Amino acid sequence: MAVKTLRIDGRLISAHEDQTVLDVAREAGIPLPTLCHLDGVAAVAACRLCLVEVAGSAKLQPACTTKVAEGMVVQTATDRLKSYRKMIVELLLAEKNHVCSVCVSNGHCELQDLAVNVGVDHVRYDYLHPDCHVDISHERFGIDHNRCVLCTRCVRTCDQVEGAHTWDVAGRGHKAWIISDMAQPWGASESCTSCGKCVQACPTGAIFHKGASVGEMRKDRDLIRFVVTAREKKQWVV
Amino acid sequence: MDLDDLIEIGEQEILSRKAYRFRVCAAAGCLSAGGADVRRAIEEAVKASGRAGEVEVSSVGCLRACGEGPLVQIDPSGDLYERVTAAQAPSLVGAIDGRPCEARVGDPSRPFFSRQQSIVLENCGLVEPERIESAIAAGAYQSLFKCLHELTPARVVDEVVASGLRGRGGAGYPTGVKWGMVAKMPKAPKYVVCNADEGDPGAFMDRSVLESDPHRVLEGMAIAGYAVGAQQGYIFVRGEYPLAIRRLDVGIRQAKRLGLLGSQIFESSFDFKIDIRIGAGAFVCGEETALIRSIEGRRGVPRTRPPYPAEMGLWDQPTLINNVETFANVPAILREGADWFAAIGTEHSKGTKVFALAGNVRNTGLVEVPMGTPLREIVETIGGGAPDGRRIKAVQTGGPSGGCIPASLLDTPVDYESLVRLGSIMGSGGMIVMDETTDMVNVAKFFMGFCMDESCGKCVPCRAGTVQLHRLLERINARQADAADLSKLEELCEMVKHASLCGLGQSAPNPVLSTLRYFRQEYEARLEGTTPPGEPTGLDEAAQEATV
Amino acid sequence: MGRLRLATIWLGGCSGCHMSFLDIDEFLIDLAGLVDVVYSPLVDTKVYPKDVDVVLIEGAAASEEHIDLARLARKNTKKVVAFGDCAVTGNVTAMRNHLGPALVVLERAYLRDVDVRPGIPCEPGIVPVLLDRVRPLHEVIPVDGFIPGCPPPAKRIKEYLESTLANR
Repeated sequence: MAVKTLRIDGRLISAHEDQTVLDVAREAGIPLPTLCHLDGVAAVAACRLCLVEVAGSAKLQPACTTKVAEGMVVQTATDRLKSYRKMIVELLLAEKNHVCSVCVSNGHCELQDLAVNVGVDHVRYDYLHPDCHVDISHERFGIDHNRCVLCTRCVRTCDQVEGAHTWDVAGRGHKAWIISDMAQPWGASESCTSCGKCVQACPTGAIFHKGASVGEMRKDRDLIRFVVTAREKKQWVV
Repeated sequence: MDLDDLIEIGEQEILSRKAYRFRVCAAAGCLSAGGADVRRAIEEAVKASGRAGEVEVSSVGCLRACGEGPLVQIDPSGDLYERVTAAQAPSLVGAIDGRPCEARVGDPSRPFFSRQQSIVLENCGLVEPERIESAIAAGAYQSLFKCLHELTPARVVDEVVASGLRGRGGAGYPTGVKWGMVAKMPKAPKYVVCNADEGDPGAFMDRSVLESDPHRVLEGMAIAGYAVGAQQGYIFVRGEYPLAIRRLDVGIRQAKRLGLLGSQIFESSFDFKIDIRIGAGAFVCGEETALIRSIEGRRGVPRTRPPYPAEMGLWDQPTLINNVETFANVPAILREGADWFAAIGTEHSKGTKVFALAGNVRNTGLVEVPMGTPLREIVETIGGGAPDGRRIKAVQTGGPSGGCIPASLLDTPVDYESLVRLGSIMGSGGMIVMDETTDMVNVAKFFMGFCMDESCGKCVPCRAGTVQLHRLLERINARQADAADLSKLEELCEMVKHASLCGLGQSAPNPVLSTLRYFRQEYEARLEGTTPPGEPTGLDEAAQEATV
Repeated sequence: MGRLRLATIWLGGCSGCHMSFLDIDEFLIDLAGLVDVVYSPLVDTKVYPKDVDVVLIEGAAASEEHIDLARLARKNTKKVVAFGDCAVTGNVTAMRNHLGPALVVLERAYLRDVDVRPGIPCEPGIVPVLLDRVRPLHEVIPVDGFIPGCPPPAKRIKEYLESTLANR
């Protein structure tokens, strides 16, 4: 396997040719915010938080799907990128009803952490306050669309890791939402195996264990990667 | 089927023609104006006059002056009649003998027609779209025969490269280069896809081509299939175009029946099938990666490129995607040669471009002009300027992805690069003329609302950004915004433009950015507005108070 | 330099932020030596004074009275701080927004399923008129600082006040 050498934020780094810029940045301890990325499932470059500047390319590139190349020069934290990231997180916070104080994931939420990391102290855009519903028809889990960031981590985990493809996306644009089966109540889903991987995959409190109260929903962020690594490499390591 | 058989079919068709021929426009515009009734009435009038032996009535494609439909043209005189009604049919039959006619006489030599130059539309309005014999009589499938029997696939690619043809879907990528890339991909099978998901508000170029001369597109696709090594083509048509779908369906069946599509075309070893896929109404499916997913039967959402479809397209196989108009250019290029085509247009934009001229302009309709034609000639000479003595204020090109070009820049030649320099794009060819009564903030808001509703929802900047941009524009429009909101609008436009995943989001801010560039005063004029009672907006008043 | 003139305001919130403010324990005594609390639900002042240095505003803007008070505070204060999640984001106070405009909310609270004397309270000049949409403070007036949290932890409040005093 060929090794490539590239420069990220001025640091010279070597990488395997099949690695992405995000993989390499993470290995090197260079912080890059992500939301839709989840180790173990395919990258979709949807949240746009990991966009980086690559010398010679007029367009910003998502680090999660951009493969390393020899001599590549990457900037991960220019002022422009930082301001875009902040706007993206603000847009997410304004889009749905993210009321941290009554959320099961308060204090353990990737969206909350992102807001802190990119420096959001208030949201400059109008809160949209959409009328979203909560589906608690499943006997063990619930999904609260008020807290959903449409990262599709649940969709991909259910499809690619569990193989059930219970989740998918319906509607488009700001009216898009996550559905189980053909938009039936989760509890009525015939494909759901109740494995609970989507709960762990969800970055916010949108998918949760029933019975969790405010701040009680702690998620196992490494579960999906653990399952995939165990399955593919026969290594039971986190 | 060989070339002689093909020519024979064409000759038979011409021989069977009667002395006089009514060509009644049967494209969507004229049909919706009552064209079908007109056709029936003319047929009856011909019968009643006892001249059915020497007069025939045929349904042809777009006669271009869509705003004046239903249109009827008579051969061999070429006389054109506009806004024809069924009641006028008997007098139209009388017009053959030079008797005065009740129907309004059109002037086929007026600038609207005379300043056009046709390649893509050369048979449009002449051939009967639902009769392949009619298309064959006009030369259809001869270029395909030439390719299969006289040229290697590589030579076909070379010819397209040399012609300088660029993608007519909007981005303007060199078509031949794309063909060459797909041709060189080692993987098989390969696919050819025709993007007929024309979704820009006000655009009807591809629709007209498909409704008027479907065989031209089918032939172009088959030539592409031969050139790149594909045996299967898909044409992705939006469901809102039922007539285009029907004519394509009829066209494909007729071509198959004659051995012009299917197995061993023209008794060569080349097989090529074309299937229709119908879009379900999502604008984003005009984006190539979303279109591919839709053909695969999945949710039509774009993915990041690279890899490009040329490498990994339909079912992850090498796939050539071109727009309707791009394919429609191909038979003519192969027939007349690359040099002929390259002699038309400008240095970097070759050939012609079809525009759908609409909005505040006297002559709305379908227009084909050489690349490099000044905008002014299109909207003023061909289009006849704004109606009712009003002045043109701006021309919008490229639909929701494009921009508004102010009247002061109308001398700009229409080519890919010039339009981009002005903050617009060529786009697929929608051209909306706006007169002095047009409110540019409202225009920007309209297009933003369109993009907001049509965003697929995958990436955050487009999904959530367009909503906030739309709200900001609404506030500015309602005079509830301040200078901080305006800079917020500009800042958010930049982010959505540069951070969105696909072309929809990346270009969604263009109508705002271009109207800000040329009509900023219209935005600023609304910032001083007062707050209507009962709806306090806070910021503006408070800011004033704070500085007291 | 004189003592810092500090105010606190309670808009559409639960007063939890003020409770948390009181949780700064003995720092309250230090603070009493450095600032004058010129207006607050915690002190008996009826009218928002002029020349205030810093105001901590708890709660979202939910009524016309809130807007008036916020604007007055903005006018009379050098530094306005959104104090707690309701002021910063709308938080729980804004959870009524998705139901619809004020009337829908009032009907739901005062008419639907109400057994005893159903009726929407309406006393012009006494009962403030609800806004159709609850808004975070910065949508109503320009805000200079933000202290998040529901409520903000006492430690965070203390640190904010300390740094404000230090940077005077």
